[in-house]
Amino acid sequence: MNIVEANNLVKIYARGSEKIYALNNISFSIKKGEIVSVIGQSGSGKTTLVNVLGCLDNPSIGSLKIDGQEIFKNTDFVKENLKFSEIELTKIRRKFFGYIFQKFFLIPTLTVKENILLPSVFQKQFIVDEKRLNDITEMLGISKRQNHLPSQLSGGEMQRVAIARALINNPQILIADEPTGNLDSKRSSEIQELLLNLNKNHNITIILVTHNLELAKIGNSIIELFDGQIKKN
Amino acid sequence: MNIFQLSYKNLLRRKVRTSFTVIGIIISTWVLVTLLGFNKGYENSLNNDIDGMGFQIVLTAKGCPYEAATLMLKGGTGLRYMPEEIVKEVNFAEEVDKTTAMLMHAEFDPNKGENGGTIVYLGIDPDTYPEMKPYLNFKQGNWFNEKSVNEIVLGYEAAELEQREIGDLMLILGSELEFKVVGVLNRTGTQDDGMIFLPLKTVQEIFDKKGELTMLGIRLKRDADISAFEEKLYELPDIQVVSMAQVKNTIMNLVSSAKVIVFSIAFIAFLIAMFGVLNTVLMSVFERYQEIGILKAMGALPKDIFNIILIETALLCSIGGIIGIIFSYLFSNVSEIAIRHFLPFTPSGSLIKVDEKIAVISFFAIILIGIIGGIYPALHASNIRPLDAIRSDS
Repeated sequence: MNIVEANNLVKIYARGSEKIYALNNISFSIKKGEIVSVIGQSGSGKTTLVNVLGCLDNPSIGSLKIDGQEIFKNTDFVKENLKFSEIELTKIRRKFFGYIFQKFFLIPTLTVKENILLPSVFQKQFIVDEKRLNDITEMLGISKRQNHLPSQLSGGEMQRVAIARALINNPQILIADEPTGNLDSKRSSEIQELLLNLNKNHNITIILVTHNLELAKIGNSIIELFDGQIKKN
Repeated sequence: MNIFQLSYKNLLRRKVRTSFTVIGIIISTWVLVTLLGFNKGYENSLNNDIDGMGFQIVLTAKGCPYEAATLMLKGGTGLRYMPEEIVKEVNFAEEVDKTTAMLMHAEFDPNKGENGGTIVYLGIDPDTYPEMKPYLNFKQGNWFNEKSVNEIVLGYEAAELEQREIGDLMLILGSELEFKVVGVLNRTGTQDDGMIFLPLKTVQEIFDKKGELTMLGIRLKRDADISAFEEKLYELPDIQVVSMAQVKNTIMNLVSSAKVIVFSIAFIAFLIAMFGVLNTVLMSVFERYQEIGILKAMGALPKDIFNIILIETALLCSIGGIIGIIFSYLFSNVSEIAIRHFLPFTPSGSLIKVDEKIAVISFFAIILIGIIGGIYPALHASNIRPLDAIRSDS
């Protein structure tokens, strides 16, 4: 079953009177439980693609279905002056996605546990699911670090906390944008292992954006972008 | 964890900046509570002093009404005198219940305070004055035994200042005579506390003012028409009629301009606090631009971000407000000394009366001001687009 179906996705940025096609008529699908790596040179449209797939941004034209639910209909958003509001996009993000970024974006005054639980705060889940929290931290090897501050962690540990934060609300799709970009090769391998385990043992769909071809190889499929178009799939 | 804890922990990131903002709020709250307390305390003390006089109307020799008002309450120099015969004339009126004649005399005492000060002697009639002021109780002794005798009664503070008890002798300045202390009054919270009382006849004799008075206090019968009686008194030549209501109005007019200045200062302090809060919170929003974007990517709605920032503001103001109120309670004596130094006339008793109502009003006022200052940064933060924040390099 396809969890992501993208059809004719176009994203246009205007630079003065010039139109720049960051995504140009992109169509593909991702099956549930797959890892899909998105590679390409800088400026090829990788981040724009995952931003649209992850509902951080509207496409200009095209349609997108997540888990069978039509998120962006096959509409010309520009012509019809349509745009999803921040609130609508946030509600979709809450339902389907967890995000990992190159920078870890941990809040320095919150403990590891509090950082992991942040997404629950915004879903008004006032009772902490301690079992889930412990399971996730155990799986990621940071269970003994729960009461530490981010400043007391190594880079690899910080990225594990960011992964735990992305997983706490049980997302169906994990979007990882250059997750090893700030880590040395040893820590990168550890994160690579973790992503594979997550996919294998918890059946989480992972969309992985990376420059690192070794890391990209963990994908069941690889989408290579060039100038906003799919070069190889 | 909830957004209150999140907001609180955000404030701990820049402890020094947060502390300075809180100090600004403490000062503003302190100023506001003190001024509201002063507004209430001053009027209460003035009313207390006026009620404590025991009469509704005072006659003095014709002169400046401001001087007359000051004379009533504080004593003063440049006294004017009226003939003693006025007592009989006034007593003749059917509206009058009782009168009491007084002669005030002021002498400069070079040994009082650092630069010397004025000692005020009040000559009173022991038959009528105590009746007019039944609340005057004695800590020691009693009133004078006779109408003309070398005896004195000291108000509570005067006794403490002069360090005298009953039986002690005390030199009366300007007379070279020593008088025996026969009574010390209990504290009343009025100007009587600082007064030195002598028999009226004695004051007239030793200061060479025979047949002269500075004041005549008049208490009217219950059903008497005060305004109509005042009109009658205006017909008396060279006499100034001062009703207690007039005294109060006159003094309130004197201090009203001072009040305008202090309330303007409070307003400016409030504005400074508001812009301090705005600046602190806005800076913190700019610094957390990417982080706020990430929070939104993780599922925070614009209203969640708005609430986080506004709660941060409210927390800053609550902490500052509570400490400011505690300070205004703890240091009301210091504030009172400063206010007494600047105002032309201050009644006896506590000038700053801070109660629960003033504390609550001030607390909510500072939170309201803070929240007004926090609205712009909160709106700015809630409008940050996650995509823009993630893309930015800051």
